[in-house]
Amino acid sequence: MVDMSTTLGPASFPNPVFTASGCAAAGQELAQFFDVAALGGVVTKSIMLEARSGRATPRMAETPSGMLNSIGLQGPGIDAFLDKDLPWLADRGARAVVSIAGGTVEEYAKLAQKLRGRPGLAMVEVNISCPNVEDRGQVFACDPRASSEVVAAVRAKVAADVPVFAKLSPDVTDITAIARACVDAGATGLSVINTLLGLAIDTTTMRPVLGGVTGGLSGPAIRPVAVRCVWQVRQALPDVPILGMGGIRTGLDALEFVLAGASAVSVGTTVFGDPTAPVRVLAELEHALEVRGFARFADAVGLAHRPPELRVPEDADPPGDLLPEGAP
Amino acid sequence: MPVQVLGEVLSVKRVGAYQAMTVVAPGLPELTRPGHFLAVQVGGPESAMLLRRAFAIYDVKERGVYGGTVEFVFSVHGKGTAWLSARRPGDRVDVVGPLGKPFRLPKDPVTATLVGGGYGTAPLLPLAHALRERGCRVDFVLGAGSADRLFGQLDAKRIGQTLAVTTDDGSVGERGRVSDVLPEVLAKSRSDVVYACGPMAMLQAVSAQAAAHGAPCQVAVEESMACGIGVCMTCVLPVVGDDGLTRMVRSCVEGPVFLGDRVRWSDVGTVPPDVVGAPTGGH
Ligand SMILES: Cc1cc2nc3c(=O)[nH]c(=O)nc-3n(C[C@H](O)[C@H](O)[C@H](O)COP(=O)(O)O)c2cc1C
Ligand code: FES
Repeated sequence: MVDMSTTLGPASFPNPVFTASGCAAAGQELAQFFDVAALGGVVTKSIMLEARSGRATPRMAETPSGMLNSIGLQGPGIDAFLDKDLPWLADRGARAVVSIAGGTVEEYAKLAQKLRGRPGLAMVEVNISCPNVEDRGQVFACDPRASSEVVAAVRAKVAADVPVFAKLSPDVTDITAIARACVDAGATGLSVINTLLGLAIDTTTMRPVLGGVTGGLSGPAIRPVAVRCVWQVRQALPDVPILGMGGIRTGLDALEFVLAGASAVSVGTTVFGDPTAPVRVLAELEHALEVRGFARFADAVGLAHRPPELRVPEDADPPGDLLPEGAP
Repeated sequence: MPVQVLGEVLSVKRVGAYQAMTVVAPGLPELTRPGHFLAVQVGGPESAMLLRRAFAIYDVKERGVYGGTVEFVFSVHGKGTAWLSARRPGDRVDVVGPLGKPFRLPKDPVTATLVGGGYGTAPLLPLAHALRERGCRVDFVLGAGSADRLFGQLDAKRIGQTLAVTTDDGSVGERGRVSDVLPEVLAKSRSDVVYACGPMAMLQAVSAQAAAHGAPCQVAVEESMACGIGVCMTCVLPVVGDDGLTRMVRSCVEGPVFLGDRVRWSDVGTVPPDVVGAPTGGH
């Protein structure tokens, strides 16, 4: 038995495996396959102030070990979300990580205000990979100043015991500069990473595949980029908790993120192919820690950063990978 | 409530230009109604293809020598379906289903016309059985590009009162489209309801002709899906709700069966400006 609990700033969670924003809706659909309260947290689809129709179809293109998506943040708006979705999660005993998205600093602040004091709210994730309508559509997450303005506005509205995580985009020159700006503005921690901008062209129609032309690349194809980003952020800001994600498919994939410095992980795209993936990844991660001799999950966080001379003894070299067949 | 099973492949058969696969899937047949679909993982555990492939359920057997089985029909048109077609009896595939909203059945013994395009006929055959069990009269109109792309015409002939067939190349039946013969079939059979499954353009034409005839029409659409279970929002199309407002709705959970006159066919692939939450100047 490994103690799988984890802490993200002021909040603690029974385990470190979460869903990823936009890959689990608000939990209801996945509850047909497993108990969503068994996860560390359910990260909801980014919610905006008003209802949004999203972009034109096709919204998806499968790519090698990944996919491009161009959903355009379709959703019902915050009021409908607070009416139906958040209470549903709270009733199930799930820990809701509500992801918010806006076009202006003001919109983010209003969203955060509306979330204040809501039962079931365990954490707020700020999706800053959105175009800033007040700055010619420049994405907040690509500019340290815009990022810090959004984070400060949200932090000011959210109760002090609720962690605020800023979700970083990998499409920047120096991810640690944005990370630092968000933390200086009051972010409790950082979600690393959002999708990478990509494009696929249909060689039959000789046009872009996606209705929205470009789309976000996700899945195992981006995992090494994501692990690198977690590593860099951890090195720059060793005391700041990280929610790591990008192509996690197995418990060992999750362990890579943990060793790179993540205190929790999100399972995103993998859910589309395997709806029970989050609970499977959790079981596999626990098993992987156990065979490596860990008594506590927390002891593995960031361990890959230790100096080379502090090697794990040779005989602790673990044999097991995935769970033995038939294990839960 | 769908189930996820790692089922053993019982058979993969060539049927004209298509493949029909039967998989042992305990628990799934009992839950399946005509119009439901399933989603299959492709490529094996280390596959570079992450997304499931969705197929309409053709046939289910609750009890057989092997326990419950499910059969679906597909056309090989990419790496995923090529992988599926190369499965052999005894191989295992991961199946999730039944998914989506099935066809609604009439309470009274009405006259129903079923219109199938290509392998879109597959879900209509169990539907025809269900309708016959309720005392309904069933007439079939089946169309395809060519003879080898027609599916199920022998069964349709057996179950249906009448069967009309069209092919684009005239290799069997009348040369042309189902829409060339449907109005006459509807008039002759005095059809009360229409059910259809096939390509979008066909569904649009059938919906219009059913409306002109005054018969309600249910269609099963085929949108590209990443998850099949309602979490990704890739499978949307503009559909008018009971309140008269158009929303981008998920065809995997609100569909795949829709009322033909509620789908804004001409706007599929766009975001109509009057849709709920449509972008306003700023976005
Ligand atoms: C279809 C889809 C929709 C997504 N929607 C959101 C979203 O609304 N907000 C957000 O912050 N990230 C969104 N993401 C990004 C994921 O949360 C995640 O950061 C990214 O996909 C990398 O993880 P993965 O490879 O495990 O999916 C979305 C990803 C996908 C594939
Ligand atoms: S296919 Fe994912 S929501 Fe419909």
